[in-house]
Order: sequence, then structure tokens, then C-alpha cells
Amino acid sequence: MVPRIMLGLVGAAVVVWIAYQGTQDSRLFWIVTLNGITLAALFFVVAAGFTLIFGLMRVVNMAHGSLFLLAGYIAFTLQGNWYGVSSNLLSGTPATITSWIVPLVIATVVIGIAGVLMQQVFLRWNQGQDLRQALITIAISVILADQMVAHFGGIAESIQQPAVWPDSVSLFGVRYGFFRLVVVVGAAVVIGALLFLVIKRTRFGMIIRAGVDDRAMVSTLGVNIQLVFAGAFFIGALLAGLAGVLGGTMIAVQPGNDSAFLLDSLIVVIIGGMGSLGGAAIGSLALGLVSSYADVYLRFGATDLTNYAILLTFILVVAMLAVRPLGLFGRPA
Amino acid sequence: MSAARPSTPGIPGLLGNRIRIPQLVALGALVLFLAGAPSVVDSFTLSQILTKALWLGIAAASLIFLSSYGGMISLGQTGIYAVAGFTMANLVHAAGGKNLGWDPVAATAAGIAVGTAFGLLCGAIASRSYGIYFLMITLAISVIVFYFFAQVTTLSGYGGIRSVTPPGLIGNSVSDPLPLYYTALLASAAVYLGIRYLARAPFGLALQGIRDDPARMQALGFNVALHRALAFGVGAFVASIAGILSVWYTAQISPGGINVAQTINILVIAVIGGLYRLEGAWIGALVFATIDNYSRVWMPNVGVWLGPERFETVIGLIFLVIVLASPGGLVGIWDNVWAMRKRQLGPLVASGTSSAKAVNGDVDTPATVESRR
Repeated sequence: MVPRIMLGLVGAAVVVWIAYQGTQDSRLFWIVTLNGITLAALFFVVAAGFTLIFGLMRVVNMAHGSLFLLAGYIAFTLQGNWYGVSSNLLSGTPATITSWIVPLVIATVVIGIAGVLMQQVFLRWNQGQDLRQALITIAISVILADQMVAHFGGIAESIQQPAVWPDSVSLFGVRYGFFRLVVVVGAAVVIGALLFLVIKRTRFGMIIRAGVDDRAMVSTLGVNIQLVFAGAFFIGALLAGLAGVLGGTMIAVQPGNDSAFLLDSLIVVIIGGMGSLGGAAIGSLALGLVSSYADVYLRFGATDLTNYAILLTFILVVAMLAVRPLGLFGRPA
Repeated sequence: MSAARPSTPGIPGLLGNRIRIPQLVALGALVLFLAGAPSVVDSFTLSQILTKALWLGIAAASLIFLSSYGGMISLGQTGIYAVAGFTMANLVHAAGGKNLGWDPVAATAAGIAVGTAFGLLCGAIASRSYGIYFLMITLAISVIVFYFFAQVTTLSGYGGIRSVTPPGLIGNSVSDPLPLYYTALLASAAVYLGIRYLARAPFGLALQGIRDDPARMQALGFNVALHRALAFGVGAFVASIAGILSVWYTAQISPGGINVAQTINILVIAVIGGLYRLEGAWIGALVFATIDNYSRVWMPNVGVWLGPERFETVIGLIFLVIVLASPGGLVGIWDNVWAMRKRQLGPLVASGTSSAKAVNGDVDTPATVESRR
């Protein structure tokens, strides 16, 4: 009980501090808040796939970040090779809606198929050995990371958004990036809603929910559980791929993003609880807002603590584990 | 839980049962080789392979200690050894960091103390989590330590800390690799024997009980979370030793040396050697250091897929094959071969080394017998 009360007090103090800062400079406040929300949207798309796979199959896909990055590279390469799009303002052609959408769709589907292949070849035959499966996916991520450096080099690239889209939109009196705010957040909301509907309203979703609770019983009832697993893995990898293209357009495609986004997914699901879609949403929002507020508001008078912002993420995870070891909506395996 | 988890990692000899003649001979040969290695191999091999394998082995041993006796596969060991290494590097004279100019020996003690304390803290956080959750939480610890030192420029920053002063005893490990080699050798021996001793002590037995059945140990009155947190502290102590040695080895420490890739490398070493046998740590590290060195020389170019620069791909493939084929690692393969030979020889010889059979839980090793008393 005591830790909960203390956490509540600390949380209240943080909210008051941020609100006070918000009244000081509302423009900065809104920009920081929108940064947090758009980051959270991207985290959600990545983590939703991660948590879906875990929830149903108890597979922690440590190669999730690699799939994310690979999708970015595929889309970037397609955009360059097929449409001659490049970030070079002088020689490159600007991207059109087609030359953004087509690479996005192809990269996403390719990654989905790659995920299914990975599951069928490496994970299907050792179902239930979760640590061994985690080690296998770690090995795959090591190989993929090195191969991506070999094939795509070590320089940060970025996928070009369609030139017809506006650069920014106005909201709360600030101008903010159109792609981040409208496309990424919109995609996250649509995906969240779709996943929610599929899981709560369709037969496939019903089977998935039943499979999360009792795999053996579902397969005894005549459901081809292996097909369901493959489907879930396809969707999970698909989401990683989609997020990879969105992230590659919003931020960059560069080596190291694979482990960075794997870590973000891990933190999101540690906070939200493994296997829960709502948990992933809340976890992403918490991680996105905390990291973006901490980058700016961790400044008390002359003491600048923004360098230590990363520690706040750690404290967030620790506080959550101290109160709820399985995360907000986690259930024991 | 995971793949092959032996009921005990029954390593024969040394502290428990009778040591037989072949083992004695093998042990003698090993000691003789390790002590005499500097006069046999050239100083490049000594430093780049043997010394490196020794300190990497200690880091992997801290992971194997946790996994084999505690059932906890931790990816936090790199983060912990980084904390110890950075603490030491900040305290002594160095380029970058705080440059406080402490005596290197005192700074070493402080580094190990801080690393262990940090490990106890992390252990307290993670001790209520099991299996895959534990893996993820400890991975998060390592990555956060990496970002911390990369961002906090007063303590390190991306460039890291260079020209770290070693103790006078170690001296310059580039011009004279001998002192560091023997230090790492002695540290490895101390770590190995210390962990073996701890495994037979009441604490170690309780830990193995918790590994096998936490609920029952709780019912017997053991504080399960406390035991696991303390075990994590012991692992952190061992990892801290490796961290200090790693700084002496390269005379510098930077966030680039403690990133996710290095975290995975330590895991890869432990898995290649064998997650459930302590000796596996150094065997895996030796294989790793050897491949690390020679694959950069003889690896042929296969398009852009393979080549001298694709060390990570090679080690990843080996890792994948080991995980798919033999979860017990190289030591596991050796045990299986050994067990097969013994089966052919008949039951009379089948006592003594027993870990391969202990995987099936059909042999009483000294540790299980003791723990039943």
C-alpha cells in the first residue's frame, strides 16, 4: 500500500510540475505533448504486433525490431530504385502518393511473409520452449542486423513522404508536422480500432482470444491452431513492417533502430502487460509522453537534468514492476 | 520453462566427489598449459585470444551461474559490468570522464562495489519475474545503462573514457601482456572455484531448490525473492570483475563497447559454451575470441553476404545452429558423446560425470543427494 501512495504522490507532483511549465510557455508545451503523442503512436504500432504474437503464442519475438528496420530498408530501396526518389533536393524526384504507398505495401507484405517463414521454419517445432524460442529469434536478429549493414550500409537514410502532402498543420496554436500528426497518429488509431474489432467481433478474433486462454482446448475443439498461429504471426510481423515504413518516413532508417525499437516494444509491454492490446496503447502513451516531457522539462532553475532523461524511463519500468509485476493488464502465463 | 534444464549441473570432482586419475591428468595438463601458454604462443595470440577469452569467460560465467543454479537467464550482465568499469574509469586518471585521480586499486574496489550494489538493486527489481519476463527486464537494464553513459557527458558520453590508468602491477597491457594474462587467469580460477563452492553451500543449494520449484521452497520457509535477488548480486559481483578486466584490457571503455551487440555477445558466448555448465563460459569465450580474430582473416567473400567483415553473421549462424541443435552448447555435445560411450561400455563405468544423464533427471549427482538431506 505504501509504495502505491508514494507513487501516487510522485505522479501528482509530476503532473503539477508539467502543468505549471505548460502555463509558462504553452507553445512549447503543446509541441512537446504532440511529440510525445506521435512517438506513442509509432510505439503502439510496433508494440501491438509484438504483444499480439506473445499473447497468443508465448513467443517473445526478439527479431521484431529487425523486421521493423528491414521494412524501412526495403521501402527506401524500392522508392529509390523504382521511382528514382531521393532525399537529394537537386537531382532526386520528389515522392508522389503512389511512390510512397507502393513501397509501403510491398515492404509490409514482404515482412509479414518473412515473419510467417521465420515462425514456420524455426519456431513451430519447439512450441512451448519460450526461452529457446527467444534465443532463436535473438540469433536471427544478430544475423539480420549484420546483413542489413552489409547490404544497406551504415548511413541514416529516410523514406520521402509524398510531396503533395502539406509539411505542417496548425493545432493548439502551433504548427506541427503533418506526417507525424495526421498520418502516423491516424494509422495508429485505425490499426488500434481494426485490431480491436477483429479481436472482439470476428470469428478469427474469438479463436485468438480462446487460444490465449487455453491453446490445447481450442485445438481439441477442431480449430487448426497452427493455421491460427501462422495468421497471428503474419499480422504481428505485418505491423512491425508497417511501423518500420512509418518510422522510416517519420524519423530515419538507420542501423541501431532495430534494437532501439525492440527495447521500446519491451518497455511498452512491460508497462502495459504482455498480450494486452489496451495495455500496449497505454504503455506506448506512457513511454512516449514520459520520454518527450523528460527531454524538456527535467530542468529545475539552473540545474539541467535533461541528460538523465533516459533514467526516467527506467524509473517508470521499475515503479510499474514494484506495483504490478505483470504490467497493467498482464495475466500470469 | 526452457529447453534442457538439468535437475542439477552436476560437475564432478574438485569439491564434491572423488577425483579420478584421468580427470587429475586432464586438470594437470590444463593448468600446465594455461600457466605455460605465454612461453608457447606469441604475444598477439596471448593477448587477442587467451586474455580476451578469460575476461569474456568471466562475464559469461556470471550469466551461466545465474542460469544454471538460479534458472535466471539474464541479459543484464553487460549493463552491470559497464557500471563497474565506468565507475573505475571515472575514479582514476584518464582522458574523459571525471578524472578524479584515485589510486587504481582503490578505484577497482570501488568499481566492483558499485557494480555489485547496482546488481543487487536490479536483482531486487527483477527477482519477482521469471523466465521470459526476467530476460526482458534484464535486457532493459543493459540498454538503459548504455543510453545513460552515452548521454551523460560528464561521466562518459559517446566517445567514452580513454587512457584509463591501470594499477602498477598490470602496467601497459599492450607492450607487456603477461601481467594482465596472469591476473585474468587467477581471476577466472577464483571465480570458477568460488562459484563451485557457493553452489555446494547452503545458499547455493537453496538457490537450486528455488530454480526447480519456487512454490515449494516458499512453502518450506525460504524467502524466494530475497534468494534470487542475492544470487543476482553474486552474479553482478562476478560481472563487475569482468568489467574491470575489460577496461584494463583495452585501457578504455565507451558506450560502443557495452551496447546491445555486446549484451548479445555475452549471451552468445554462454550459449555456445553451454548455458548449464560453468566450464562452458570459458570454452564459449575461447571459441568466440578465436572466430572473432580469424574470421576477419580467412573468411572468403560470398557476394556481400559473407566476408572478412561479416563476423557478426558468422557468430550469429553458429549461435543459431547451437540453439537449434544442442541447447546444452558445446559442453552439452561433449556430455552427450560421453554418455553414449558410457552406455556402450556398460553400467559399471557409469558413475562420475553425469550431467548429460542428469538432463533426463535419472542420476543422483552429489548436489541433489545433498539437497535432499
